[in-house]
Amino acid sequence: MLIFDLALKSLRNRAFSTSLTVGSIALSVALLMGVENVRVGMRESFSNTISQTDLIVGTKGGTIQLLLYSVFGMGAPTENVSWEAYREWADHPAVEWTIPYGLGDSHRGFRVIGTNEDFYRHYRYRGGQQIALAEGRANEGLFDVTLGADVAAELNYALGDEIAVTHGLGEVGFINHDHMPFTVTGVLAKTFTPVDRAIYVTLEGMEAIHWEDGAPPASDDEHDHEAEAQAAPSDDGHAHEDEAEAAHDDDHAHDDEAEAAHDEDGHDHDDDGDAHADEAEAAPADDGHAHDDEAEAQAAPADDGHVHAEDISIEDVEVTQVTSFFVGTTNRRDVLQLQREINDFEDEPMMAVIPGVALNEMWQGLAYAETGLRLVAIFVVLVGLLGMLVSLYTSLNERRREMAILRAVGAGPNRIITLLVLESLCLASAGALAGLTLVYALLAVAQPLVEAQAGLFIPIRPPGSVELLFLGAVVLAGFLMGFVPALKAYRTALHDGLAVRV
Amino acid sequence: MSLAIDLRRLRFRYGGGPWVLDIPELTLERGTRAFLFGPSGSGKTTLLGVLAGVLEAEEGEVRVLGEDLASLSGAQRDAFRAEHIGYVFQMFNLIPYLSVLDNIALPARMNAERRARLDGTGVRETATQLADHLQIGDLLKKPVTELSVGQQQRVAACRALIGSPELIVADEPTSSLDFDRREAFLELLFQECERAGATLVFVSHDRTLEGMFSRTISLPDVNKAVL
Ligand SMILES: Nc1ncnc2c1ncn2[C@@H]1O[C@H](COP(=O)(O)OP(=O)(O)OP(=O)(O)O)[C@@H](O)[C@H]1O
Ligand SMILES: [Mg+2]
Repeated sequence: MLIFDLALKSLRNRAFSTSLTVGSIALSVALLMGVENVRVGMRESFSNTISQTDLIVGTKGGTIQLLLYSVFGMGAPTENVSWEAYREWADHPAVEWTIPYGLGDSHRGFRVIGTNEDFYRHYRYRGGQQIALAEGRANEGLFDVTLGADVAAELNYALGDEIAVTHGLGEVGFINHDHMPFTVTGVLAKTFTPVDRAIYVTLEGMEAIHWEDGAPPASDDEHDHEAEAQAAPSDDGHAHEDEAEAAHDDDHAHDDEAEAAHDEDGHDHDDDGDAHADEAEAAPADDGHAHDDEAEAQAAPADDGHVHAEDISIEDVEVTQVTSFFVGTTNRRDVLQLQREINDFEDEPMMAVIPGVALNEMWQGLAYAETGLRLVAIFVVLVGLLGMLVSLYTSLNERRREMAILRAVGAGPNRIITLLVLESLCLASAGALAGLTLVYALLAVAQPLVEAQAGLFIPIRPPGSVELLFLGAVVLAGFLMGFVPALKAYRTALHDGLAVRV
Repeated sequence: MSLAIDLRRLRFRYGGGPWVLDIPELTLERGTRAFLFGPSGSGKTTLLGVLAGVLEAEEGEVRVLGEDLASLSGAQRDAFRAEHIGYVFQMFNLIPYLSVLDNIALPARMNAERRARLDGTGVRETATQLADHLQIGDLLKKPVTELSVGQQQRVAACRALIGSPELIVADEPTSSLDFDRREAFLELLFQECERAGATLVFVSHDRTLEGMFSRTISLPDVNKAVL
């Protein structure tokens, strides 16, 4: 107790260098803890993205690729799965539920995902939480969209706003389907998953976006064309260009219809007569221009001669394909068997992955970055501790007198060593504690910022076992490092005898 | 057993250097107030280090208060020193981050035997009494860095005396005091030694103080290592 008292008083006596040392240890500990928290936060939000789904099914390809495009909204498959194949598996006796997804379109950089009410019913994230609506209602109609929370917030959209969907992915799509406005009917509650950054439409709506000529391929006499269009509807620009040309010819045929549609359009808007009165008034005026410049308009195939939302109802649209689908089984034991069956499916090249397995595989791929980050943080802590060692060691010279006095009044080697080891232990512990406090303070401040900027939700939770291990290691390292100056001090004290030269 | 110090054929040197001490025989009765002098570098401080068990004699026999120091382990010597010896340095005697009171109390807190010899009085009370005797009772709460050199020396003396060690070793404690203060300091030191029945070994260059002591030792005379 006496030695502890001495150690504290001695540290307080050197308050400035003590606080510098504690500060540098605190900073490095905070960095280490911060990295660990971000890592855990990343990992958690990563694996929380999807839960209770037993299989993810898509066309044959890379496991991680399938996971990326169907769960994380990154990349796109080259092929789709036909509706028939999807139905076949959806009706499989081992399957309890499915969620079909149609991907491949975007709106101002956000993904547009075609799905149906199964999404709202069966999708689960973060340990079984269900998709909830923050406002409005789920999309039901052909041109209804529901927005992810981030989409609504970032694009400043409200219920009733009309938005245009771009075919293809990326900020600027290949063809801008301005003629097919979708209406926002609902906004989803925040999930902290990629769901927040997606726009949901019906599968039928998705299909409608894919009509390259802007017309429903429903009429019987155009059946050939329909078949062609649907053979590769999610394709990229190559196919579109060809079809777009074909579409030009059709444009003429549809001109009459289209004009009629415009007229109706104007009427409808007037009839709506609510919050959108301004827009509604502007809209027919624009249309008027388009009509006047009919001849020019035909050079730009996207502008006119298209069918408007009011012309088609959801029943007219036939869904021909899905990009991927999630599967929940009735009995978990069937998952592996079902996966094998899907992988061996002969009609179409298909692949089923178990989300947990794929997530793990993907996380393994990221492990390098993770380890690197951690290593850097650990080195920073080591540097902090070395700083402590240096400051203790250099202070020894000034403290030779003190050591000689302590020995003269009867402090043995054990007490001298204990004193110095206690001092470094105190420094390391204080540094670790301060670092811990600092990291939680920083987390509290940074959490909303990181969430807003990076879409990453870092949960504030009590230190986990890894953190406690780190803190323990820092304190232990401080303890062990204390022996270096302590042994040196003892040797110096012995050598100095009692006549210390100042 | 009445000898406080009994040195026989003592030889000491630092590392592998030349002999600093080579003393065939030196004895000191208990209760003696000894004045030890010699020119600078003659080994006075070194001898005190050997007596206090901080430095280990390479050859010969060192008995202090009847104990053969060579037979003690390092830790035992530390304990022995803490228990039986009070030490006063020439200068810079005090631990800068402790108050006057804590500096005085340090040996008693460090060693149970010295505490036990306080006769039931608390460490604080004893420290305060000693400080009063040496006329620094009003300084107890002060940080030691704010004391004059003379005040520091008296604090150091109090610390050496607390818990009544049998041997007080003082290494030129008065060299920075003026003559009057030197005498006053010595008077007080003698009083306290007498009260505790302690043996005093006092090192100084200043032969004018010699007359106040009961015995004078000229180190060059007893130490053959000095050229
Ligand atoms: N730690 C040490 N290492 C090596 N040699 C030392 C050490 N301390 C003292 N000496 C040497 O031992 C000799 C005696 O030194 P010591 O300090 O005992 O002299 P002193 O009589 O106390 O002198 P002063 O009156 O100046 O204090 C000197 O020659 C000195 O150089
Ligand atoms: Mg000396």
